[in-house]
Amino acid sequence: MTAIQEFEKHPLAKYLRLERFPHIWCEGCGDGIILNCFAKALDDLGVNMDKFVVVSGIGCMGRVAGYIKCDSFHTTHGRPIALATGIKLANPKLTIAVISGDGDLFAIGGNHFIHAARRNVDMTVICSNNFNYGMTGGQVGPTTPLDSYTTTTPYGNIEHPFNLVHLAAAAGAVYVARWTVLHVKRLTESIKKALQKKGFKFIEVISPCPEIYGRRNKLGKAIDIMKRYRQISEIRHGYDPAKAEITREKIIVGEFIDIEKPTYGELLQKQFLMIQKKGDGRLKLRE
Amino acid sequence: MTMHREVLTGKHLMQGDIACAEGAIAAGCKFFAGYPITPATEIAERMARRMIEVDGMFVQMEDELASMAAIIGASWAGAKAMTATSGPGFSLMQENIGLAVMTETPCVVVNIMRGAPSTGQPTEGAQQDVMQSKWGSHGDYEIIALAPASAQEMFDLTIECFNFAETYRAPTFLLADGFTGHLWERVVIPPPEEIKTVERKKPVVPADKYLPFKPDEDLVPPMACFGEGYSVHVTGLTHDELGYPKTTDPKIQHELVNRLCEKIRKNSDKIIRTYEFMLEDADIAVIAYGIPSRSSLSAVKMAREAGIKAGLLRLITVWPFPEKKVEELSSHVEAIVVPEMNCGQVVREVERVAKETPVHFLSKIGGEPHSPSEIFEVIRRAAKA
Repeated sequence: MTAIQEFEKHPLAKYLRLERFPHIWCEGCGDGIILNCFAKALDDLGVNMDKFVVVSGIGCMGRVAGYIKCDSFHTTHGRPIALATGIKLANPKLTIAVISGDGDLFAIGGNHFIHAARRNVDMTVICSNNFNYGMTGGQVGPTTPLDSYTTTTPYGNIEHPFNLVHLAAAAGAVYVARWTVLHVKRLTESIKKALQKKGFKFIEVISPCPEIYGRRNKLGKAIDIMKRYRQISEIRHGYDPAKAEITREKIIVGEFIDIEKPTYGELLQKQFLMIQKKGDGRLKLRE
Repeated sequence: MTMHREVLTGKHLMQGDIACAEGAIAAGCKFFAGYPITPATEIAERMARRMIEVDGMFVQMEDELASMAAIIGASWAGAKAMTATSGPGFSLMQENIGLAVMTETPCVVVNIMRGAPSTGQPTEGAQQDVMQSKWGSHGDYEIIALAPASAQEMFDLTIECFNFAETYRAPTFLLADGFTGHLWERVVIPPPEEIKTVERKKPVVPADKYLPFKPDEDLVPPMACFGEGYSVHVTGLTHDELGYPKTTDPKIQHELVNRLCEKIRKNSDKIIRTYEFMLEDADIAVIAYGIPSRSSLSAVKMAREAGIKAGLLRLITVWPFPEKKVEELSSHVEAIVVPEMNCGQVVREVERVAKETPVHFLSKIGGEPHSPSEIFEVIRRAAKA
């Protein structure tokens, strides 16, 4: 049996570009679990993949756009949300998911994140948070915990990390959730909920990086990190995201925000109808 | 009378920037993303008002990095897309201009050039970004850049930019100096049926046979857009004809990058536009573009009155550089005069091509265009030499 024939037996195979497998992710990496949950969510919802677009940036999770079988864009570093904004606004019939990493979305791409959330552009943003830049060999990032060791914080990290769910909520996201890759069912349900909801939705997924971040910080093997997630994670739906900071002792997970707010597209449509009603009188433009 | 929504046929007193916006709309632009910046803001303001009237989309992004990314996204979603900026914003856009080159995304970038480096002179016109237009993003690539010299050309050449972008699947620049952008002049907008527009090539094969980055004979691949059922993967990484990353295969990098250059180079005869005035018997040729070409025209007339056989070659296409034209010209004139509103950019190209023919450069920066008499003085000196 060839490798592709083997892959074809996977129940979610039709959502994947099988010719691109095996993927590039390290053993024990959580990104594959996120991809699996995402494909399962697509399958459960019966999403029309001809009208679905996945956009990602640069980094380990950034490679995901090339693995999902639909129109997909692997952008420059940090720009997936800005590019996705263009796709969505130019063709509102498309459903957009941005899947990328913490460095891509919140360091180099942080400005685009807060502004897309503020505008409430209709897209689902999934962030694989592994606390460091894995692809380039493990440098400090915007979510690296204080005192952690990375190649660019050889004496320990002295930068305070972002609390991503707090940031997303403050910027205006209508749906904000956090899970770890241990919570596969809850994560899948959360992705389904986000994909069905209108507006700017954000899901943070805590994901192990045993080969790079884990090794440098003596977190053990992937299985040890997963066990740790089980010990220290606590499901608290509706919890104040401002208080949901990740610490060594506790990871609060759950759905923090689920509100309704007119999207950019809806407000634009309203304006459009108003102007159309006014008719051609408006077209006699004064210079 | 019902007016055509996209094409405001008639005679107008119009600002260059506004004419650019109207040219874009007449060309079929349905998506504009931008960020305010002097002296290009009027384009965004006009688009904010007009896009919604033509079922198009205007969005003011958080910066120029995002504006450039958004038009690439919009283009892949099927829209003709444009952004407009000036030097500082153009610098930020270089990152995703490279992405547009690599992913063969049709889009138009307008740069209304102002005094630089850095924040420089926001309200003063300049021509200091010509080399940046060619070499601004990292890597090797060819670019198309047109330089208007009137409000009318801000309209006409913006349409040309869209047509080139769609034909060659490449980001295309309208490279105007701030004076041309802010010039109020008569602009004649023709009836819609007289405006030639071009649409990108679409695939003619079913999705399972389609190779998104396999070129036709003209070196340009047909483009399936998002939502059309072709499951296209687009990446800024070096990719094969399927669009998949192949970053360590020297052959694929070699073929891809060379094709991106060649699809412009091989079609340069179709892209290059110039305007000639009294060059047939000229001893001295002035080569200029943008606003200095207008003072140059007056200077050439002054020279003729003074008995000097001068002529003008106005570059409408700056990139690809009209090498053949300049080479041929340099073979039968005694000297070439190049006035530019920078410290010497296009003149380097002229010198490279003109070889033995003496080239006199006239730099002017600071916020005033060259006067005709300043250019005439250099013509006279060149004639005596």
